[in-house]
Amino acid sequence: MATQILMPALSPTMTEGKLARWLKQVGDEVRAGEVIAEIETDKATMEVEAVDEGRLARILVAEGTEGVAVNTPIAVLGAEGEDFSPAPQAASRAGAVTPVAVAAPAHVAADLDWGPTRPTTVREALRDAMAAELRADDRVFLLGEEVAQYQGAYKVSQGLLDEFGPRRIIDTPITEQGFAGLAVGAAMNGLRPIVEFMTFNFSMQAIDQIINSAAKTLYMSGGQMGCPIVFRGPNGAASRVGAQHSQCYASWYAHCPGLKVVAPWSAADAKGLLRAAIRDPNPVIFLENEILYGQVSEVPTDPDFLLPIGRAKVERAGTDVTLVALSIMVGVALKAAEALAEQGISAEVINLRTLRPLDIGTVVASVKKTGRIVTVEEGWPFAGIGAEVNMQVIERCFDWLDAPPARVHGLDVPLPYAANLEKLALPQPDWVVAAVTKLF
Amino acid sequence: MAHAAEAGKRGRTRTGVSKAGGFSSDELLRAYREMLLIRRFEEKAGQLYGMGLIGGFCHLYIGQEAVVVGLQMALKEGDQVITSYRDHGHMLVTGMAPRGVMAELTGRAGGYSRGKGGSMHMFSKERNFFGGHGIVGAQASLGTGLAFSNRYRGNDNVCLTYFGEGASNQGQVYESFNLAALMKLPVVYVIENNRYGMGTSVERASASQDLSKNGAPWGIPGAQVDGMDVEAVKLAGEVAVAHCRAGNGPFLLEMKTYRYRGHSMSDPAKYRTREEVQKMRTERDCIDTVHARLTELGVTEPEIKQIDDAVKQIVQDAAEFAQTSPEPDPAELWTDVLVEG
Repeated sequence: MATQILMPALSPTMTEGKLARWLKQVGDEVRAGEVIAEIETDKATMEVEAVDEGRLARILVAEGTEGVAVNTPIAVLGAEGEDFSPAPQAASRAGAVTPVAVAAPAHVAADLDWGPTRPTTVREALRDAMAAELRADDRVFLLGEEVAQYQGAYKVSQGLLDEFGPRRIIDTPITEQGFAGLAVGAAMNGLRPIVEFMTFNFSMQAIDQIINSAAKTLYMSGGQMGCPIVFRGPNGAASRVGAQHSQCYASWYAHCPGLKVVAPWSAADAKGLLRAAIRDPNPVIFLENEILYGQVSEVPTDPDFLLPIGRAKVERAGTDVTLVALSIMVGVALKAAEALAEQGISAEVINLRTLRPLDIGTVVASVKKTGRIVTVEEGWPFAGIGAEVNMQVIERCFDWLDAPPARVHGLDVPLPYAANLEKLALPQPDWVVAAVTKLF
Repeated sequence: MAHAAEAGKRGRTRTGVSKAGGFSSDELLRAYREMLLIRRFEEKAGQLYGMGLIGGFCHLYIGQEAVVVGLQMALKEGDQVITSYRDHGHMLVTGMAPRGVMAELTGRAGGYSRGKGGSMHMFSKERNFFGGHGIVGAQASLGTGLAFSNRYRGNDNVCLTYFGEGASNQGQVYESFNLAALMKLPVVYVIENNRYGMGTSVERASASQDLSKNGAPWGIPGAQVDGMDVEAVKLAGEVAVAHCRAGNGPFLLEMKTYRYRGHSMSDPAKYRTREEVQKMRTERDCIDTVHARLTELGVTEPEIKQIDDAVKQIVQDAAEFAQTSPEPDPAELWTDVLVEG
């Protein structure tokens, strides 16, 4: 009996990949565990092993094909001795492969007109931002686990070692507290480190150095000793990596005076804000998102492109309700806004971009116009970003509210692994729609 | 490890009054003056604490003066110093003004941190003193970073990173050892083993008793030094600093020292006997030892008394300044949270 070989997912967030090379040809015998093909994603090249044994009956996706969706049949394995006939490959390929177009996030105009743009992934935007600042300032260096020779655990630092060498692109052992403390010490002495945490989950190992050493020293020294440093890396849930690797630290760090906290959504956010973070004379927590790394959007090509820390952006204008979101939840809010538009509700979507200092002015101006607010965040509700934004709205424009402030947030549980449970725990566009419709 | 053996041997053999070689009378006079300044300063701080003029935590350095004075004599301009919260001695020896340090203790505008840091959190960029850190062991990683900045800039400065034997059990100390050895960073780790981490003796806290070997797994040379003997301290410091300055990576010094006072001002001192403290004070005191050496070298009592009086005057002046300097302006509450602009 023939079995189909499907395009495998090689990482929790992979949705598609390139079938780089077939190592077996039609008619070849294949043993279980044998490598039959190579697949490339934007992060890595991986080998595909056969699960069953048999003879390769058909190749459904030719080598070199890009954008092969996960779970697409790529070949057919016939059982030993089974009769098979070679298939017309072109026809099969056409039917089997559905290249997935990466949708650019809906955007209103950027704050300033920076001129021509080009489509860029968030990953490239982050790399480009670091490269630009590394070129501009010898005090800037990048250190972290796998940032140099491996080119970044998520390939964010791809190519940086080649351009800047091992003095400035530095692999560390797996010792978050030690290397975070080292970087803070270097910053106190005037260097400008960028510390990559493989994910922010691991920053908990180093949180004493971030809060007690980086954030407080300027104050404790009466302004003598600042700490110009960026801590960056993916934050929040990725995809099915379980509770310990899926936490949002937005409210943890935003709680602390002495830090700035930035959470970009689009590629332009990523580039413009990371450059600003590296130039900032203060410690900046830069919360990226793994699922966003591969998303493409327009980034100005102007070499001086920079976005100010502390300013939110209205991503979509509306009149009936204000949706306030951060990071990946900006996309969720925009989808919800589209669905709401079909129901005749006009939602304004604000991308916070920076959590500390919070641009409450933009939020309040919007709420005064719409009379309603729903915050959208991935993190837990208790003492969360939504709680803070809504409280500040109550303090500043209570009389403009036509309905109680509402919040959409990740459920108050450690994030489960099972696919269905995980989806149930993280905010979806229909949660936002439901929260909004309750306000009318 | 040749350096380690050499320094260790010197350190261990130089107990009590060291006679052979060692300091010139000028060096001895300098050491005497600096140790005495720390002692008198700390005694005064203790008094001011008792009068309610200093609040919170106040960790006195009395007994350990030879460590910072000897090691500072092995440094050159541009080298950095970073330590824990028992930091007043380190600050004075790096050249920070006694007035500014004492006024910080009293929480006044004239303090190094304008009253916003306190006893445990003082810094002087000008004197290359990087704190003053209240979290046990945190400065081990920070000091490693200061050393990193020296290597990054390509200069030959060295960072002296002090911590206590209690902190030497912290995980990040070993993360730092590994990083410093991997990157060959110019950092001298100085364990000030005063035998008690708060109320817990080193025997009860550390399975390793020769702490100078704690860097051995990473190939970090180490030496145990008589930290009550300022000459032995300086000699060991010179070996360690030269090792780092030459690009050979980190060095570890264990200073066997003793604090006469409690861990902080609120220490009931039930964990050791009065006799133990008294024995150290009478037999091993670092200042008495140098005083005796000066006498041997023919320095007269009036000359020594002149130093005593000068030190007393400096401390009295610092205490007066610390009581008359105004409290910080309430507006200071909101400054220095972030660098503006």
